[in-house]
Amino acid sequence: MEPSLASYLALSGILFTIGAFGVIYKRNAIGMFMCIELMLNAVNLTFVAFARYYGDVTGQLFVFMVMSVAAAEAAVGLGIIIAFFRNKVSVDVDDASILRN
Amino acid sequence: MLTEVLFYIFAGLAIACAVSMVYHKNPLYSAIALVGVFISLSCLYLSLAAPFIAVVQILVYAGAIMVLVVFVIMLLNLEDDKYRPSLRYLIGIGGGLALVLMTQALFVFYAVLKSPAGNNASENPVGSTLDIGKSMYTEYILPVEIVGVMLLMAVIGGVMLARKFDAGEDERILKDELEKRHLDQ
Repeated sequence: MEPSLASYLALSGILFTIGAFGVIYKRNAIGMFMCIELMLNAVNLTFVAFARYYGDVTGQLFVFMVMSVAAAEAAVGLGIIIAFFRNKVSVDVDDASILRN
Repeated sequence: MLTEVLFYIFAGLAIACAVSMVYHKNPLYSAIALVGVFISLSCLYLSLAAPFIAVVQILVYAGAIMVLVVFVIMLLNLEDDKYRPSLRYLIGIGGGLALVLMTQALFVFYAVLKSPAGNNASENPVGSTLDIGKSMYTEYILPVEIVGVMLLMAVIGGVMLARKFDAGEDERILKDELEKRHLDQ
């Protein structure tokens, strides 16, 4: 017997929740970045599960698109983190407060 | 039966790795835990009859993205995350958000569990590389082109963001370029 669609959706929901909690809890820009990757992966799991249970290839295609967006996000996001570190010698998001005053 | 056992093993592994990723204060430990999540999700994709996505998951996420992240962590030589007592309320906000999301997930779980359509896997599994390639280059050609342009933009943006500018470099580049064009004419 195969696990039902609902169990895949539950796993995806749990992973997404952990990722969303991590984005708020972590103070480290790289840690937040990795939590966002985790959330993207949780959504990918939903796409693949629906593609399997409805017999439609579109879900898997959009997983591919999400992965491309994640790769682009990694390149730009880590570039921003390096530029930030060069100015502040820290990757703590609380140090990014120039616009506050 | 075997699929179900494997599902529970890899689902448990994924959740455990995700929790340890959020828990660890050292970014490098978090990165290694995230690789664990990626690998167990890739195994779940295999059990969902999606071998292409499973391989791409390993190649792109565990291979490319995490190597980049670990490289940046090593390059910046980060110390452990410090938690400020004044920001303790964030744990409350995060916990509240997590509760709301979890309620939603449980609601979806019950809705799908009760629906008659969603509980049987489709008879013909799609997900061979041939299927994906066919629909990628016929029906969804426009999104693929847009993703291509976006990746090019990300490459240029990443290089621009990460390089070091000295004072007045912009003006110098602009002046050189204008002089060159003037000579060409």
